[in-house]
Amino acid sequence: MTAMSADPYAAPMSGMEHGNMTTVGRVDHDANGFDPSAMLTDWDTGTTELLPDGRTLRTFEVTAIDREIEIAPGIFFPAWTFNGRVPGPAVRAKEGERLKIIFRNYGSHPHSMHFHGIHSARMDGVPGAGLIGPGEEFIYEFDAKPFGCHLYHCHALPLKRHMHKGMYGLFVIDPDPARQSDPALSAVAASRVLGSPENANWQELAMVMNAFDTNFDGGNEVYAVNTVGQAYMNVPIRIDKTRPVRVYLVNVTEFDPINSFHLHANFFDYYDTGTQLTPTLRTVDLIMQCQAQRGILEFSFADHEDGMYMFHAHQSEFTELGWVGMFDVRGPGA
Amino acid sequence: MSDQSQPTRPTAIRLLLVLLPLAAILGSFVWIASLDPLRSFNNGAPPVESLTVERTVLDQTGIQILVRAGGSEAMQIAQVAVDDAYWTFTQNPPGPIARGSAVWVQIPYPWVLGEAHHVALVSNTGTVFGHEIAVAVQTPKATAGQFRMQALVGALVGLLPVALGLMFYPAMRGFGTTGMNFVLALTVGMLAFLLLDMLGEATELAAEAAAMFQGSAMVWLSALASFLLLMAIGRWRGRPEGLALAFYIALGIGLHNFGEGLAIGGAFAAGAAGLGTFLVLGFALHNVTEGIGIAAPMLRIRPPLWSFAALTLLAGGPAVLGIWVGSLAYAPQWSALALAVGAGAILQVMVEVTAYLQRQNIDRQAIMFSPAVLGGFLGGIAFMYVTAALIKV
Repeated sequence: MTAMSADPYAAPMSGMEHGNMTTVGRVDHDANGFDPSAMLTDWDTGTTELLPDGRTLRTFEVTAIDREIEIAPGIFFPAWTFNGRVPGPAVRAKEGERLKIIFRNYGSHPHSMHFHGIHSARMDGVPGAGLIGPGEEFIYEFDAKPFGCHLYHCHALPLKRHMHKGMYGLFVIDPDPARQSDPALSAVAASRVLGSPENANWQELAMVMNAFDTNFDGGNEVYAVNTVGQAYMNVPIRIDKTRPVRVYLVNVTEFDPINSFHLHANFFDYYDTGTQLTPTLRTVDLIMQCQAQRGILEFSFADHEDGMYMFHAHQSEFTELGWVGMFDVRGPGA
Repeated sequence: MSDQSQPTRPTAIRLLLVLLPLAAILGSFVWIASLDPLRSFNNGAPPVESLTVERTVLDQTGIQILVRAGGSEAMQIAQVAVDDAYWTFTQNPPGPIARGSAVWVQIPYPWVLGEAHHVALVSNTGTVFGHEIAVAVQTPKATAGQFRMQALVGALVGLLPVALGLMFYPAMRGFGTTGMNFVLALTVGMLAFLLLDMLGEATELAAEAAAMFQGSAMVWLSALASFLLLMAIGRWRGRPEGLALAFYIALGIGLHNFGEGLAIGGAFAAGAAGLGTFLVLGFALHNVTEGIGIAAPMLRIRPPLWSFAALTLLAGGPAVLGIWVGSLAYAPQWSALALAVGAGAILQVMVEVTAYLQRQNIDRQAIMFSPAVLGGFLGGIAFMYVTAALIKV
């Protein structure tokens, strides 16, 4: 009876550190064709030309492709993708520009691009308005408005399946500082314009909270930011602590009603949907987003010690199934 | 090739006639394997996958499970999650798991005593195989103290009741023909209950086993084989009766008690056994009829004293062995096989005891529905059913 009455709490639990909560192995990013670390700063700004009326015409090309991707080490998912990556390209434009998105469907099912923005019914990407069959092409045209942090996704039916198969992406419209009368707000707007001198100091990160139902039972097996579970645990995100951080965050997790973002040892300002230049929430360390909700997080590690600062969903289940990462915070030279 | 139809052919021709179809079989297999004529059926669907957990071991190093693969192709365990948390694990041997082979998966997970855990094995295609640990307790280790404790339990549920039942022997010797008919019929009724009980448990266990073991067919066929073999052995030199028949009954009951021991041992290992005093008493009462049944065919002879000890050991001893085996090496297909073999043995003694009962009476047909025989048979079933209620938890 001695062996049976042994108390597992008292016993030396060798090799049972709680640090074992992790996936085993690494994802082959080269085979996937996209790397979550590179995706953080990989904005698709398309090509531009000047219209006769002086406005900018910004053109994007997006192709729907079926592709098997590795979403956690050794786990393969038959995805439907925009441009071969999940999430799709992080489309970025400036308020007031004319946008033209040339969409080609090389996938096996009908697909569309439904932008969360302001546009005509004809450009909505729903059945009868820009939903195209395999081999077809459609050109979406509309003005870039309102400024903020938005998303696009396929709106073919059944929507749930087309969403969680991987057809979504960020759609960011930077504000036009000239449209702000208040100089303070104008400065805030300028800091958001990609490529502007005021923007240069910011470290901007594109993050899409997503998940994968690998056995198609209506529940997710792997949770992540930018597709690959635990990617930013294995390769922490380098943060220069002298420069502020701005995260463009969207939740496209299917099946679970909400997702969340929690930052360790720090607080941030949150601009829900990013359509205002003043924060919706000030000094919080946790926000939650329902499906397709999105926003901008701004924070700084300027006064912090160097170190690894964790961020994750504060649904422990999502965290432990992959949605967890690290900011590697150091000085510029360190 | 040969179109001759004479009854006697040269040896070379006869050899050729055997070799020809063999060569055709080999050739067609090579053709199917190399040219894959069915590839047009390949519709891009992922392979059929199957993983069965056969053993679970919990100790200071975490959770270890023995996993058998049964898919259409070799399978890969990509990740392991315990209670919805991806966890590190090591697989031994590593790599893809060939169809039919088993691997140990070691997960250094801090399990919690007395609580439930859920292990999910995620394959490379994203298919999830769940395994429930209903109550987490330390898996018994093969120590002397452990063996002694389990032997005590086995003796209480196996040896003691058989010995107690055999103690009715002197009293039963005084019975007349009617009394003896009653006791023999009681024995057959008791055995009928055990037969159904064992087959039920065997098929239930077989359903948990990997598909490649074909649980249901395995249970019924091995029960049939064991029945036929024991019948053949038993009738090698005439029909068994007296001491020989008593030993056959003891063997059948011993195999049943082995199965019962496996279940108790398995319950120990799975943490389900708070084997209380009440349960042990239930087993003892339930199994007292086994002793009576063994004694029944010996009422007309004078058996040597040692035979009672031998019969008790043969019928009750396997309970101890069963508990040892069940707590250490638990795999559903082997337990099902043991139970099925036992069921065949039980059926054999049912047939032999009934034949013996008939031979003791002049009118072999009428006696079967006499009040003593029918009452004994139904009484035996009823007693077993009622006392089984004490031990089914």
